[in-house]
Amino acid sequence: MTDTAATNTADLPEYPAPRDAACPFDPAPAARAEQAAGALRRVRMPTGQAVWLVTGHAEQRTLLGDARLSSDVTNENYPLPVDRPRPEESSVGFILMDDPEHARLRRMVASPFTVKRVQALRPAVQRIVDERIDAMLAGPNRADLVQDFALPVPSLVICELLGVPYADYDFFQRNSAAVINRDTPLPDRDAAMGALFSYLAGLVDDKAGSPADDVLSGLAQRVRDGEIDRNEAAKIGVLLLIAGHETTANMIALGTVALLEHPAQLERVREGDEATVASAVEELLRYLTVIQSGLRRVALEDIEVAGETIRAGDGVLLGLELGNRDARVFEDPDTLDVHRGARNHSAFGFGVHQCLGQQLARMELQVAYGTLYKRIPSLKLAVDAAELPFKHDGQVYGVYELPVTW
Amino acid sequence: MKITVDEDKCCGAGQCALIAPEVFDQRDEDGVVVLLDAAPGEEHHGAVRESAQVCPAAAITVDEDA
Ligand code: HEM
Ligand code: SF4
Repeated sequence: MTDTAATNTADLPEYPAPRDAACPFDPAPAARAEQAAGALRRVRMPTGQAVWLVTGHAEQRTLLGDARLSSDVTNENYPLPVDRPRPEESSVGFILMDDPEHARLRRMVASPFTVKRVQALRPAVQRIVDERIDAMLAGPNRADLVQDFALPVPSLVICELLGVPYADYDFFQRNSAAVINRDTPLPDRDAAMGALFSYLAGLVDDKAGSPADDVLSGLAQRVRDGEIDRNEAAKIGVLLLIAGHETTANMIALGTVALLEHPAQLERVREGDEATVASAVEELLRYLTVIQSGLRRVALEDIEVAGETIRAGDGVLLGLELGNRDARVFEDPDTLDVHRGARNHSAFGFGVHQCLGQQLARMELQVAYGTLYKRIPSLKLAVDAAELPFKHDGQVYGVYELPVTW
Repeated sequence: MKITVDEDKCCGAGQCALIAPEVFDQRDEDGVVVLLDAAPGEEHHGAVRESAQVCPAAAITVDEDA
């Protein structure tokens, strides 16, 4: 191990670092400075743990594709984002586990997320998007686009897929937000996680009695067949519920802010055909990279990369927001260009943990961006962009509120 | 061009089926890659190379000389 408790980490730069309020879409200046200094840097996490920060796009892909880097949260050196006792097991299913168990569990729930199944859902998503826009237009001419559009669309979709009653929206939305925000005090975070777990476990039990065509019923069936225990099934439910709506909601809202601030780009999306909208979705995923503050891993063996040696036991953070602005891969990386056509961004991660819901997310974003600005051409911010409450404290970047008029 | 896929490595992310749907599909039950055409025509080569490049699990191998 390069770092022991005795190593003084106080001199290392801190990561994550604050963004510049004047450039809310760009990574933190201090993180950019580390990126300029090299593809692998030593940084200090808020917990005080010294870790590697991987800033280069190619190096991130190499490492995320390397099975010697582990996602196992129970490993004594896995970098925890906040000061807390080491968990005895992953509370969010396979995202914090390694193969082969990770692959076994992931494959159990992969079916609804294939390209074909997702395409079959497109008309239903279009209907949801249109209904939310109808409701907004029927109300007062000032709305919070987060509460009225960005959150309900992916929430309705994931509820439908999982078999979670949308009537419980307030409950799971409040608890997911508490889990995701970095500043939530530990007891509150644990309470929120516990509430979500009990809720999903209860639903799995219900589905065992009256199965439907949804993911939780599928998991209940596997519990009955002894392939997985109830505890594990509920945790996968928690993972899908949280991952399935927070990320996409933030992309819808933040993407809208970015486009409203880049009117020429917005015009291209509004006037564009399906291919243009699809290309804009990839570019916004790259440009905004809402999963901020780094994917976390721990090295199981020594790994040589970019002239450095990551030692067994070292913590590693992969700053996706930095890799997606790597000038060696993306020309003029800080420019938002909806015609860029780059599909090799890392907004969904890389390696065997690459986002399971990515095809669904893509389709939801295509329908949302492809419909909203056409149907409300006069959409504009109701406050100055500088006054928007950006989610600097979240593991997922976005805005808490998005006041708009039209 | 000759393509091989490694089902064990595949994590079912569907990048290949999105980019080159004439060449790659996914099993309905678990999303694992299904190779539809191991030796596709010239017109698909670009999309196949891109699929292999973005495949997160390095599950697609392209032999250009075969
Ligand atoms: C734009 C929206 C989204 C973004 C930016 C995003 C991003 C990511 C990223 C970066 C990872 C990798 C985590 C890691 O390697 O440690 C991931 C994993 C995951 N995502 Fe997404 N995601 C999005 C939408 C969704 C949706 C709609 C779902 C649907 C359920 C979903 C489900 C998952 C799951 C289950 C994993 C864990 C995969 C694994 O560990 O094998 N995500 N996502
Ligand atoms: S891109 Fe790779 S991991 Fe994804 S489905 Fe195709 S072969 Fe599997």
